[in-house]
Amino acid sequence: MLKPTSSGSWGIDSHTPKGSLENRWTQHKFDMKIVSPANRKKYNIIVVGTGLAGASAAASLGEMGYNVKTFCFQDSPRRAHSIAAQGGINAAKNYQNDGDSVWRLFYDTIKGGDYRARESNVFRLAELSTSIIDQAVAQGVPFAREYSGYLANRSFGGAQVSRTFYARGQTGQQLLIGAYQAMSKQIADGTITHHSRCEMQDLILIDGKAKGIVSRDLVTGQLESHMADVVVLCTGGYGNVFYLSTNAKGCNASAVWRAHKQGALFANPCFTQIHPTCIPQHGELQSKLTLMSESLRNDGRIWAPKNKKDCDKKPEDIAEQDRDYFLERMYPAFGNLVPRDIASRAVKLICDEGRGVGHAIDGQKLGVYLDFAKAIEVHGLDAISEKYGNLFDMYTHIAAEDPYTTPMRIYPAVHYTMGGLWVDYNLMTSIDGLFAGGEANFSDHGANRLGASALMQGLADGYFILPSTVSNYLAQQKPLDITKTYPEAEQTLQACKEKIQQLMNAPDPQKTPDEFHRKLGQIIWQACGMAREKSVLEKAIADIKSLREQFWQQVKITGSDETLNQTLERAGRIADFFELAELMCIDALTREESCGCHAREEHITNDGEAQRHDDDFSYVAAWQYSGNLSMPVLYREELDFEFVRPTTRNYR
Amino acid sequence: MIYKLHIWRQDNVHSKGAFQQYDIDVSEDTSLLEMLDALNEQLIENDKEAIAFDFDCREGICGSCNLVINGTPHGKHQGTTTCQQYMRDYADEAELWIEPWRATAFPIIKDLIVDRTAFEKIIQAGGFIEIRTGSAGEANTIPIDKEVSDAAFDSATCIGCAACVAACPNASATLFVAAKVTHLSMLPQGKMDKKRAEKLLTAMDEQGFGGCSNYRECERVCPKEISVSAITVMNRLLY
Repeated sequence: MLKPTSSGSWGIDSHTPKGSLENRWTQHKFDMKIVSPANRKKYNIIVVGTGLAGASAAASLGEMGYNVKTFCFQDSPRRAHSIAAQGGINAAKNYQNDGDSVWRLFYDTIKGGDYRARESNVFRLAELSTSIIDQAVAQGVPFAREYSGYLANRSFGGAQVSRTFYARGQTGQQLLIGAYQAMSKQIADGTITHHSRCEMQDLILIDGKAKGIVSRDLVTGQLESHMADVVVLCTGGYGNVFYLSTNAKGCNASAVWRAHKQGALFANPCFTQIHPTCIPQHGELQSKLTLMSESLRNDGRIWAPKNKKDCDKKPEDIAEQDRDYFLERMYPAFGNLVPRDIASRAVKLICDEGRGVGHAIDGQKLGVYLDFAKAIEVHGLDAISEKYGNLFDMYTHIAAEDPYTTPMRIYPAVHYTMGGLWVDYNLMTSIDGLFAGGEANFSDHGANRLGASALMQGLADGYFILPSTVSNYLAQQKPLDITKTYPEAEQTLQACKEKIQQLMNAPDPQKTPDEFHRKLGQIIWQACGMAREKSVLEKAIADIKSLREQFWQQVKITGSDETLNQTLERAGRIADFFELAELMCIDALTREESCGCHAREEHITNDGEAQRHDDDFSYVAAWQYSGNLSMPVLYREELDFEFVRPTTRNYR
Repeated sequence: MIYKLHIWRQDNVHSKGAFQQYDIDVSEDTSLLEMLDALNEQLIENDKEAIAFDFDCREGICGSCNLVINGTPHGKHQGTTTCQQYMRDYADEAELWIEPWRATAFPIIKDLIVDRTAFEKIIQAGGFIEIRTGSAGEANTIPIDKEVSDAAFDSATCIGCAACVAACPNASATLFVAAKVTHLSMLPQGKMDKKRAEKLLTAMDEQGFGGCSNYRECERVCPKEISVSAITVMNRLLY
C-alpha cells in the first residue's frame, strides 16, 4: 500500500473512487464484492469498542449473519462515552425548507474542517446523514418534535441552516441506547458474543494481516487471544492524553496506539478540538471537565468585562456598557455561533489579556460569561427551561450557581480528537484487515469538527459504511480456522504479559500513575493546546521523553495483576498516552501553518486569524512507527479539491 | 473539611467483606468521587491497594457510578448520580458510610463494584424495536403526538444505573423494566411487540430480582427522576 508518489515524496493511496461526487458511494457499493448469506456464518469479526460506531457496526454485521465478537472496557456497551454527547446530530433532511441539501452539509463540513479532509469521504457522510435519522426514529429514538408531531430541528455552531436533530440535551445517550438495543437483540439471537470489562491489549498479525487481538479480562486479569478474519477498532478518541478533558475517565488511546505500533499509520495526531463552552476548572483535585452543550450558544451571549478592574466584581454589578460581547464584536455575521476553534481562541485571547473571570488557576482567571438574561427576557423562563433545563441543572450541581439568575462561567477544554488511525475510503487502516470507525479514525472532520457531526460520523461508519466495506474485504478472504492455535497469537500474548510485568515491577516505585498523568497533561496542554509554537513544542518533546523515562522507573502500582486492578488499568493507558503525546508534538511541529484547531503562533494573520499554507500543507500527515518513537516516518496523502475551492474561512 | 469514612472492602464475590475506616481532609468543591480518588492516591503512596469503584463519564449520564452513601443510593443530593455529589452537600456530616449496591442479582466483584449483567439480560429479552439496518422508511412519515413523544422520552432517560434496585426492599427491577417498556411501547414503532412487558418481567424474575410491592423507594432515588407511573402504564399493557 505504501509507495513513492510521482512527486518523489512518499504518498499513500486512499482508494477513493473517481467520477462525479454524487455517484461515488453508489458506484463503489456496486463495485464491492458481497458475501453470500450462506457463507457469512463462516467468517468471524472482532469489534473493539461499543460506542455509537462499534455498537451500530456490530449490530448491523451480526444481523447480516456474520459471527461477531465485541469488547468494551465498561460494564455495559450502554456506558460508552458517545452517551455524553448533548447537542444533536446533523442531517441534510431540509425539513425546515431553509435551503439545506446534501451538497450544503458537505460544503459546510469541508469548510468547517478548514479544508483538511477528503472530499469523497465528507460527501458520503452528508449523503448518509438522512438515513441515520430514519434508522434512529424507527428504533424508537425519541427526537424532539413540533406540536404538529413532526421532527424538530435547531441550528448549531457554524451552520446557517437548521439541520440538527436533538433529544433534549441527551442526543448521544438516546442514539447510543438505540444502537445498544439493536446490539442486544443480536446478542440474544446469538450472532454477537459480547465481552464487557475486557480491554484490548494488542493486535495479532499473521503475515501482515490483522487476524485477532489479545484482551485482558479486567475482573480476573486473565490475558486471552481471540482470532478472527477481520478486526474493527471503534475505540474513540485520545483527548484524555491531556488528563483534564471532557472525555469520560476511561477513554483511552491504547487500542489505536498499539495498532499504530504494529504498523497502522496515525493521521493528523495534532488535530485536537478544544471546545469553547466547558465549566472552568475549580481546583487541583479536579478529575475531569464538563462540557456545556454548544446549543447554549444559540441563546446565550458570551461576554467578559471591558475593564480588568471589573473582573473581581459580581457579574450583576457590571453595567451593560462595561461588558464586551466579544464574539458579536469580532464576528458580526456569526456572532456567538462561530465554529468551535474560533470561539475557543477568542476566549483564550480575552483571558490572556487579563479580562477573565472566576477562579484563578496558577494566578490567571480562566473563564468568561455565558449569559441567558436577554434570552429569558425575550422568550420567557419556561421556553429557556424547556430547551436547556437539564444543562442548567447540571451546571448548578457542579458550579453551585444558578444560571437562571447568574451567568454561567465557561472556558475551553479538550473535547474531541479529529486525528486518529489513517483509513482509506473503505475505512481500512494501512494494516490489511484492520478497520477503524468513529472517533478512532481521522476520516471526516479535517482540522476542526463542526457541532453535531460526531454522532453523524460514528453512525454513518457503523450502520452504513463498515457493513459494506468489511463484507467486501471478507469476500476476498478465506475464512481463518479460529479453533487452531497460532504462534503469532502466543507471541503477542507473551509480549502483553511482559509489558504488564514491567509496569507492576518498576525498579524504583514512587509515584502513582495519576501523578504522572497530571504532569503529562500540563505539558501537552501548554504546548499542543489552543496555541502552538516551535520552541514550546521542542521543549515539550524533551520534557515528555524525560517524564516518560521517569514513569517507567518510578510508577507505583499496588495490588495484583491477577485480580481487578484499576491502578494497573490506568497505568497501561497512561504509558500509551506518553508515546502518543510525543507524536502529537512532532506532528504539530511539522505542520508549519495554522488550520482549524491547529494555531501556530508563527502563522497567524495580522487580525489574529489562522493562516493556512495550502501550497505546502494541503495533505493528511500519516505517521508510521519506525521502531524509534522520536523518529516516526511521515507519509503525505495529498488532498485534491475538485469540487470546492479552498478559501480562507471568514466568519466575520 | 475532615471526614471519617467507612468504606466497604471486599476482595471478591467469594470472600467476606467489611467496613474499613479512613480519614480524609478535602475542600468542599471536591466531588465525592474526587475525594475517593484522593484517598486512593494516599493509599497507593502508603503501599496499600486502592479502593475499587465504578465510574466513567463523571457528568451524570453514563450510569456507571453506583454508591450507597449513608444509606441512600447515589447520596443525599436527589435527582442525580453519585458522581454529581459534592462534598459541600455533606458539609454538616462528619462521617460517611459508603457501600455498594446490595441485591442478589448484583454479585459484588470487588469492594464497591457490583456485576450488573442481569440488566443486560433483561434488555436482551426484548428491550428493543426490531428494525433491520437500512430498512427504515422516511422518518417524518409517521407523525408522533408531541405529548406521546415527550412521555416516551421521560422513560427513555433511564441510564441503567440500578439505583432503583438498590433502594427497593425487594431488590426489584420493576421501575427499570417499566421505563424500557413504556419508552418503546408508547411509540408507534414499538407497539408491534405486544409481549414486551411480559418478556422483560419474566427475565427480571429469572435474574433473581424481587417483585414490586409499591414501596416507591425507586422513584425517590432515580437520578433521572423517572416516575412510578411508568409501572402503572406497563401494568395496563399487561392485562
